[in-house]
Amino acid sequence: MADEKDREEIIVAEFHKKIKEAFEVFDHESNNTVDVREIGTIIRSLGCCPTEGELHDLIAEVEEEEPTGYIRFEKFLPVMTEILLERKYRPIPEDVLLRAFEVLDSAKRGFLTKEELIKYMTEEGEPFSQEEMEEMLSAAIDPESNSINYKDYITMMVIDEN
Amino acid sequence: MGSGTSTQHHFAFQNAERAFKAAALIQRWYRRYVARLEMRRRCTWSIFQSIEYAGQQDQVKLHDFFSYLMDHFIPSSHNDRDFLTRIFTEDRFAQDSKMEKCSDYESIEVPDSYTGPRLSFPLLPDHATALVEAFRLKQQLHARYVLNLLYETKKHLVQLPNINRVSTCYSEEITVCGDLHGQLDDLIFIFYKNGLPSPERSYVFNGDFVDRGKDSVEILMILFAFMLVYPKEFHLNRGNHEDHMVNLRYGFTKEVMNKYKIHGKEILRTLQDVFCWLPLATLIDEKVLILHGGVSDITDLELLDKIERSKIVSTMRCKTRQKSEKQMEEKRKANQKSSAQGPIPWFLPESRSLPSSPLRLGSYKAQKTSRSSSIPCSGSLDGRELSRQVRSSVELELERCRQQAGLLVTGEKEGPSRSASEADSEAGELRKPTQEEWRQVVDILWSDPMAQEGCKANTIRGGGCYFGPDVTQQLLQKYNLQFLIRSHECKPEGYEFCHNRKVLTIFSASNYYEVGSNRGAYVKLGPALTPHIVQYQANKVTHTLTMRQ
Repeated sequence: MADEKDREEIIVAEFHKKIKEAFEVFDHESNNTVDVREIGTIIRSLGCCPTEGELHDLIAEVEEEEPTGYIRFEKFLPVMTEILLERKYRPIPEDVLLRAFEVLDSAKRGFLTKEELIKYMTEEGEPFSQEEMEEMLSAAIDPESNSINYKDYITMMVIDEN
Repeated sequence: MGSGTSTQHHFAFQNAERAFKAAALIQRWYRRYVARLEMRRRCTWSIFQSIEYAGQQDQVKLHDFFSYLMDHFIPSSHNDRDFLTRIFTEDRFAQDSKMEKCSDYESIEVPDSYTGPRLSFPLLPDHATALVEAFRLKQQLHARYVLNLLYETKKHLVQLPNINRVSTCYSEEITVCGDLHGQLDDLIFIFYKNGLPSPERSYVFNGDFVDRGKDSVEILMILFAFMLVYPKEFHLNRGNHEDHMVNLRYGFTKEVMNKYKIHGKEILRTLQDVFCWLPLATLIDEKVLILHGGVSDITDLELLDKIERSKIVSTMRCKTRQKSEKQMEEKRKANQKSSAQGPIPWFLPESRSLPSSPLRLGSYKAQKTSRSSSIPCSGSLDGRELSRQVRSSVELELERCRQQAGLLVTGEKEGPSRSASEADSEAGELRKPTQEEWRQVVDILWSDPMAQEGCKANTIRGGGCYFGPDVTQQLLQKYNLQFLIRSHECKPEGYEFCHNRKVLTIFSASNYYEVGSNRGAYVKLGPALTPHIVQYQANKVTHTLTMRQ
C-alpha cells in the first residue's frame, strides 16, 4: 500500500540520519571514513548489542576487499540500515541480565566475589581484555567487601545509561 | 554406574554451558554499555571543543572588526580621533618609563601578619621550592613579592633570544610540558612525580600557563621563580594565552583582580611586559623544535630569530607598520586571491569564512558559529552611520573591559592622526612590527595540524593556520629537524602523535573540559631524543592523581 511504503521510507530516512550522525562523531578527517576499530562503538551506540563474533562478521561485510583499516560510510550505511530495519542484535533486558548473574552465583548469595567475577569474565564466554576487566572492576567491585552485589550493580548501570 | 555418572556429567556439562552463556551475555551487555559511554564522551568532547574555539573565534572577530574600523574610518572630530586612538593602541613608551618607577614595589609594605612565603633576590633554589610548597598549602604570595618577581623575570627574559637553543649534553634528561591553564594541581603533580627542576633535570613549559583554571597566578610565580633559579635548564615558551587581551576574556585578568585587590592593576600592567618578552620557541640539539601552536607554509625560523618579539604585545590586535596607500591596496587585492594569506575579515562581503565552506573539526559544525555576525553585512557600508553605531558599541565593549581591569591604555600617536608630532610618530612606527612579522608569530602561536595536505586559514580559531603533513615535512627538511613538539589542543590521552609521528601534541591540564574528560601528559626526551610519554589524571573520587605510563 502507498501508506505503508511512505512509512517505511520515513523510517529509513530517520535511520540514515541517525547512522550518519553516529558515524560523523568518529570521522576525524571529515572524509566519510572511520577507523575500523571504532565500528563496534558506532554500532552499539545505535542501539545494537552484537557479540564480538557477530561484530567480526559485520566488519568483514563492510570492509574493503583489501582491508585498509578504514571503513567507508558508503559501505557502512546500507548494512547498518538493514540491521536496524531487521531489529537485529537487540539489547539485553534487565531481568535477563540479572538471571545471567544468578547463573554464575550458584550458591545464590546475591553477590560474586572479585575473583569469581574475574574468572568468569576472563575465562568464559568471549573473554575480556585486561583493560576491560580493570574498567569493570573499578566500577563494580565494592572495595570493602571485595565483591559485586550484582542486583545493585545492574540498577546503577541502568540509571547511568539513562 | 551407567545412568548416575552420565546424568552427573550431563548436568555438569549443562552447567558449564549455562555458565559460558551467562558470561557471554554479561560481556555482550557490558561492551554495549561501554560503547554508549564512549559515544557520549565523544559528543560531549566535540561540544566542549567547539565552545572553546568558538569563543576564541568570536574574540578574534571582534578585534578584527574594530581594527578594520580603525584603519578605514577616520572620525571627523579631533576628540573622537583621539578617543579611538587611545583605546586601541598600546603605549609601550609610557610604560617603560613607568617601569622604572615601578621598582617602587619596594615601597609596598608587607605586614608582619603576613604568613605567606617571602622572597629575596637573587632567588635561591630553596625559595622556588618553598613557593611550590606554600601554594600547595593554599597560601598566597604578597603583591610586593609578585611585582618583585615579575620585575626580575622581565630583566632576565630581555636577554633571551626569540628561539632558545638548548643542548642535552648538560643535563641528563629534558621534560616538556604542555598547556597548564591555571591548574596548579597538575603542575605540582608533575614536579612530584618527575622531580623538581635542577641542573640535571631540564624543563620546557610550552605556553598557555594561564586562563580558565583558578591558580594561574601561582603557576606563573612558580615557573618564573624556577626560570630565575635555573636559567640554563628551565625554559618557557609563549602561548597564545600569554596575552593580556585574551586574558580579559578567559579569566586570568579576573583572577588577578580578585586575588590582588589593591595592586592587581599594576601586576597586570607589568605582566603585559613580561608576556611579550617570553621566547617564542625552544630548539633542542638543533633537532627538536618546541613551540606552542604550530607552523605554516611560510614559517621562517631565520626571520623569527631576528624580529623584536616584544613588539608583538598581543596577537589579538596588532597595529602594524603603515604602508603607503598603494601598497595597502595591492596587499588587499593579493589577500583576496590567496586564502593562505589569512582570512578576509568576516564582515566584508568578499569573505568566505561565512557558511559556504564549513570547516569541520570532528563533528563540530562550523556553520553554526560562523554565523555570529553582530553587524549585518551589506554590499556597501555607510561610513558615518556605521561609525556612529560602532562608536557606541565600542564604548560599551570598552566600558565592560575597563570595569574588569580598571585599565586605561593611554595612546601612542598613530599614523593617520594629525595631532602626532613627526618625531613621535616616526619612533612609534618603528615600535610596531610589520605585517609579516606579526603573521609569523601568530602562525606559531595559533596553528593546528590537520590530516590533509596543504595549509589553510584556521577559521575556527580565528588565527593561524591548519597545516598538513607536507608543511611539516617541508619545514623539518628545510631546517634539518627531527620532529616538532607543540601543545595548544586538548587531547583525551594528554598527547597525540600525528603527521607520521613527526608532530607531537602534548597537553598537561588533565580534566580540562570537565572531571574525567582527559588525561594530562608530559614527555621526556631521552638519549637520541626519543620521546617517552607519562600520563596522569586527577581522580574525581579521591582527588589524588594517578599515573600511567
